[in-house]
Amino acid sequence: MKIDQATVEKVAMLARLELASDEEEKMTEQLNDILDYADKLNELDTEDVKPTAHALPIKNVFREDVVEESLDRDIALKNAPEKESGSFKVPKVIETGE
Amino acid sequence: MELYELTAHELHEKLTAGEVSAEEVINSIYQRIEETEEDVKAYVTLTKEEALNKAKKVDERLADGEDINPLAGIPVAIKDNMCTEGIKTTCSSNILHNFKPPYNATVVQKLNDEDAVMIGKTNLDEFAMGSSTENSGFFTTKNPWDLERVPGGSSGGSAAAVAANEAIISLGSDTGGSIRQPAALCGVVGMKPTYGFVSRYGLVAFASSLDQIGPFSKDVEDCALALNYICGHDPHDSTSVEREVPDFTESLVDDVSEMKVGIPKEYFGEGIDAEVKEAVEAAIAKLEELGATCEEVSLPHTEYALPTYYLIAPAEASSNLARYDGVRYGYRAEGANSLIDMFKKTRSEGFGDEVKRRIMLGTYALSSGYYDAYYLKAQKVRTLIKDDFEKVFEEYDVLISPTSPTTAFKIGEKSDDPLQMYMSDLCTIPANLAGIPGISIPCGFDNDGLPIGLQLLGNHFDEEKLIQVAYTFEQNTDFHKESAEL
Repeated sequence: MKIDQATVEKVAMLARLELASDEEEKMTEQLNDILDYADKLNELDTEDVKPTAHALPIKNVFREDVVEESLDRDIALKNAPEKESGSFKVPKVIETGE
Repeated sequence: MELYELTAHELHEKLTAGEVSAEEVINSIYQRIEETEEDVKAYVTLTKEEALNKAKKVDERLADGEDINPLAGIPVAIKDNMCTEGIKTTCSSNILHNFKPPYNATVVQKLNDEDAVMIGKTNLDEFAMGSSTENSGFFTTKNPWDLERVPGGSSGGSAAAVAANEAIISLGSDTGGSIRQPAALCGVVGMKPTYGFVSRYGLVAFASSLDQIGPFSKDVEDCALALNYICGHDPHDSTSVEREVPDFTESLVDDVSEMKVGIPKEYFGEGIDAEVKEAVEAAIAKLEELGATCEEVSLPHTEYALPTYYLIAPAEASSNLARYDGVRYGYRAEGANSLIDMFKKTRSEGFGDEVKRRIMLGTYALSSGYYDAYYLKAQKVRTLIKDDFEKVFEEYDVLISPTSPTTAFKIGEKSDDPLQMYMSDLCTIPANLAGIPGISIPCGFDNDGLPIGLQLLGNHFDEEKLIQVAYTFEQNTDFHKESAEL
């Protein structure tokens, strides 16, 4: 087994996912199957091979640093589940010590 | 013959000759949708009101004696992972069930500027992750040739819409075969252009180094027409290529006598259905008869493409899908007691199983300690796969293979086994890893009457050769004339 349930739990935390325990079990099994399959790549010696991130040679694309029109604030907020005073509203982040 | 049965180029002739109005064309399509959509379920959203308004504008232009361009008044369906201003764009995911983008994807804008008429948004596997539309968060689209079977995926809605005559042309996206495989399973033409040739701006990102938008159509001529209008550089997409777009209709030439066609032997091995193989071999014989030189070639790293893809695509997806957190748009879970808790609950309730599986796999492959073993290793093998193609294209114009190892499979047949489902992409994935263009065209039917697709692959920016070979095959066969009975 490549990954155990504890690792799956840790990865779920990194991915901001919450898995029920039966879901976790199934996920562990399926991820192991896929990772076993991925082991096939180790048949190849890639010591001197350069990695490909993009299929075409891509260079940085620059533009002049000029002010351009951007999305209107009201439009940008239109899809927000909760908003207040022109901002996205989320549950409290900072604990206040009392 | 009903208007909805025609191709874009046939409709264009009728429109310019004054035989029909754009409004009649649009009404014909919606009449067809009304008749068959209950069975096929290709669409997530229909936009009839907007479509009829647009059609009226085209008719006004015609009445004023203005020239209209080839896609004006043509009913086009858009995969629901491309942003449409003010119109829901869901990615068939509950996490975006109510998302109305504030802008149009570049391809949507381009088609709009050409007066093409968007008739609706089509179903897909959630976030384009899947090969059957069974991973849609809403419903499964049915194959018009057999309603108990899948249309393929992830662009299954777009493929089924064209196959069912519920659209004349549609757009899909192809990350590992998501245009070509459903095109094959639904018996229509589907093309994935070279990476970077079509802007991805406004295409909801799945795996950014692999994603590419392309058209579905009833014949190769319509495919060439659609490419003419969707290709081209876009300053909004930094990976879009600065390159002149040729007139692809000039490649609609019935001649393959100068073409050298490679037959990659690895694409005819284990796992390829006998009937599929036979049909593709018959197609090769046909091309030879028409004067093409066909020879066996080898792409030795083909067997590594699938595991490479299933590390790279999930890795990129895990990063791209981090943005769905319930803050700025889409679904937000109730009852969370902290920000982190809100993220977790939103994502866990909003994403389906396959999306979670790929996010988990990708997060793991990118995580500290495993990055080199999985992600970097896969990127290195990607180089080897790309080099294979580079070598054969030094000598050959196009490659020929099956598009999908099997014809359309039954709904539910593979949905419990992710690896088995991944195998459907065996023949299509290498092209995405190498960034090369590919087209799938109909080349036969199996004993159950299900369509078989033929795949042609070309070197970077060799779309013209693909169109020429595909067109020649089509002109000398009748497979594309068959249509699904509904």
